[in-house]
Amino acid sequence: VSQQTEPVAMPTGPEDQPVAADAPKLPVRGIKELLTDNLFKDAKNGVLTVVFGALLLYVGYRAFGFIFLNTKIGPDGLPRSGWEVVREPLVTYMVGTRFSRTGIPFSYLWAAIYALALSLGFTVGAGSRKLLEPVDVPLRTTLGILLPPALGAAAILSMTQTITPTLLTLAIAVPFVGGRMLAKVLPMALVDRSALIATALVLLSFGLITGFEPSNVNEFGGLLLTVVVAASAIVLCFPIGVVLALTRRSSFVLLRPLAVVYIELIRGVPLITLLFMGEFAIRFFFPPGAGVPGSIPRAIIMFTLFSAAYVAEIVRGGLQSVPKGQIEAGQAVGLSPLTITRKIVLPQALRTSIPALVGQSISLLKDTSLLVIIGLFDLLGVTRSILANTAFVNQGFTSETYAFVGFLFWIICFSMSRASQRLETRLGVGTR
Amino acid sequence: LLVSAEMPALRSAEKPPIYRDVRFLRWAGQIAVLVVVFGTVYWLYGNVVTNLRSSGLPTGFDFLDRRFGAAIPGIADSANFSITQAFLAGYLNTVRVILVGIPACTIIGILIGIARLSQNAAVRTFGMLYVELFRNVPVLLWIFIGYFVLGLGNLPAITDEVTPLNTFVISNRGIGIPWLNPGSSGMTFVAFIGLGMVAAVLASAYRGRVNAKTGEPARGGLYGTIAFLAMLVVGHFAAGNALALDTPVIDGRLIGGGMTMDIPYAFLTAALVLYTASHVAEIVRGAIQSIHKGQSEAANAVALSTFQRYRFVILPQAFRVMIPPLANQYLNITKNSSLAVAVSYVEITAIFGRIVNNATPAVQGLVILMALYLSFSLSISVLANFMNRRLALESR
Repeated sequence: VSQQTEPVAMPTGPEDQPVAADAPKLPVRGIKELLTDNLFKDAKNGVLTVVFGALLLYVGYRAFGFIFLNTKIGPDGLPRSGWEVVREPLVTYMVGTRFSRTGIPFSYLWAAIYALALSLGFTVGAGSRKLLEPVDVPLRTTLGILLPPALGAAAILSMTQTITPTLLTLAIAVPFVGGRMLAKVLPMALVDRSALIATALVLLSFGLITGFEPSNVNEFGGLLLTVVVAASAIVLCFPIGVVLALTRRSSFVLLRPLAVVYIELIRGVPLITLLFMGEFAIRFFFPPGAGVPGSIPRAIIMFTLFSAAYVAEIVRGGLQSVPKGQIEAGQAVGLSPLTITRKIVLPQALRTSIPALVGQSISLLKDTSLLVIIGLFDLLGVTRSILANTAFVNQGFTSETYAFVGFLFWIICFSMSRASQRLETRLGVGTR
Repeated sequence: LLVSAEMPALRSAEKPPIYRDVRFLRWAGQIAVLVVVFGTVYWLYGNVVTNLRSSGLPTGFDFLDRRFGAAIPGIADSANFSITQAFLAGYLNTVRVILVGIPACTIIGILIGIARLSQNAAVRTFGMLYVELFRNVPVLLWIFIGYFVLGLGNLPAITDEVTPLNTFVISNRGIGIPWLNPGSSGMTFVAFIGLGMVAAVLASAYRGRVNAKTGEPARGGLYGTIAFLAMLVVGHFAAGNALALDTPVIDGRLIGGGMTMDIPYAFLTAALVLYTASHVAEIVRGAIQSIHKGQSEAANAVALSTFQRYRFVILPQAFRVMIPPLANQYLNITKNSSLAVAVSYVEITAIFGRIVNNATPAVQGLVILMALYLSFSLSISVLANFMNRRLALESR
């Protein structure tokens, strides 16, 4: 889990390589060339094509049947769609079974999503205005980035009973585009504070999600829990990771071993042992009589501590990639060590680390599935309560349930890794 | 004569006050942080001891001699194990996953990685689908799908088992595969396998020398295999028909004979292997792409076959790039084997999970668990460093 450095940093193939404008054009290849060069060049190649083509066709055939022609016989002898197990408890997949106890109205959740979209749009707009030279993004690339999440949203919305969620989802575009335009028209002084504004919006949306009552988090479940745990851990682990990395690279001989021991110890053990520690052992570390936070905040703490070690290693790699001349140049103009780190080293190091940091975020999101092992109702955990429901228990709905949850994870992770590849080419990491 | 103006002293004669002396401040700052850290740790340790005492839990490691009190599937007499013995049994179960998992994910990963670079569009698409499908879904979900959907849902009951070729048994009680004849003297045969390996190394070394002397093709692999097989045949007769495989049979409601893999083990290992293989495939692809195209073209120019091109030109160079990230993946599969706890396969994490519910202090149990996992991490790191040194480019 986790621990995996996502291989997002690898080039995906010749089509991603920048092509000079005056590069010679390859001859246009038609169907005939595709067949003779690619699929049936010689006998061996032909056999491969037939075997793998048949395999792909069979998988596609089975997948089509599973998705579109999935009918089961219910206990009353009437046919029912296999996807009823998704359609009926859809709200449970999204927010869990105990969400109603919090008393947070769903309109708050939508407001939080809009605040996030506004924040994201503003960050994207500010980022492209501040950091990068204006680039004409081809329509194909934009569609390529938007397609996976749109597909995921469409799949979920096709399961809803009314049209309202669809309209509310389509409306997300408004705050996003609004945020981008805001970043384009606001005075530069404000755009320079974009991080502050975005953070304020994120905090606002977190307040809306929890109904401004942090203990409500304990009643969360489903996709909401998965996203809240992953997002909180990603945000919280980042500063800790940067401090650990700086300490590990520093000349503080007394503090360096502390950072090394922490990073190596955390990276040496599986995440699940840390989650067990949060669940069973962390209460022993609190002074006697002190209140211990609930299971979900404890899990967030453990995810944060876990991820910080990995972020530290990524940032350390980024720090190592900053040429020594940069630091010496800073010293030559008489900057203090702190200013050199803040204004010269860190910005360059973090820029190099962005793809790997996105990869770490993806694996952290996947790791939140481990919450089910300590008995929480995350996206994987709700499948258990749904499959134990009398309407679905022992009626062969297991594969549909896991397929839907897997699809949600797949869409989120795939979209993130695609976006990170795009970011990587735009930042020009490794090419400058 | 030039009289220079008097140079001002580079350093002022008087020392700066101690609170402005950088050297002092650096040390003072570090010591202050250190004191805070160790103070916090000491405070936490005090809390742990107080809390354990007040809830009647032991503060030392004496609990290891207590009875474990639960049976470990597949191990006779495990109900009477002490906690130490249970941890040992769990450790062996973890090793069982790793020993199969690491070679399997390497082989599948290399094949898929090469498939992704194939000229053939069908093969390439297959590789792409495999990688994108497996690596973007959590491994725990793959384990669930394997165990709950395929394992428990689809396997036939033991009473109407499937026995393909009459040599395998597939049922929901376990998967039986043919294994070595238990009637033979196993240790003798294992000794002969060892001898066979020595013979193979000697044979290929001898062929290497012949090649250096006369220039005729070495064919070390071929001669080594022949020497190994020859030793194996000798061992087969010496150990009493050791190679006559024992096939599994249905024995009432159990599987007897051969070797039985229980369902959690089979599907846990399969899920871990397929998931990790998708990451390995990406590493392999990246490593192969990092090899200069001219190497491939040179191999083609001297008319090497595709197999020879990969075997002798590309993979040896790619391995050099691959080893550090590959070792990372081996560490991952080791750490992910802890997810066995979700499908009730009893390895070290599951042992820990059971003892903490059993009036055993979680803190000490966790220390042991971490130590056991660190032992895996360290051995993999040592191996990777060794391989790294062996394969490192000899540079001036």
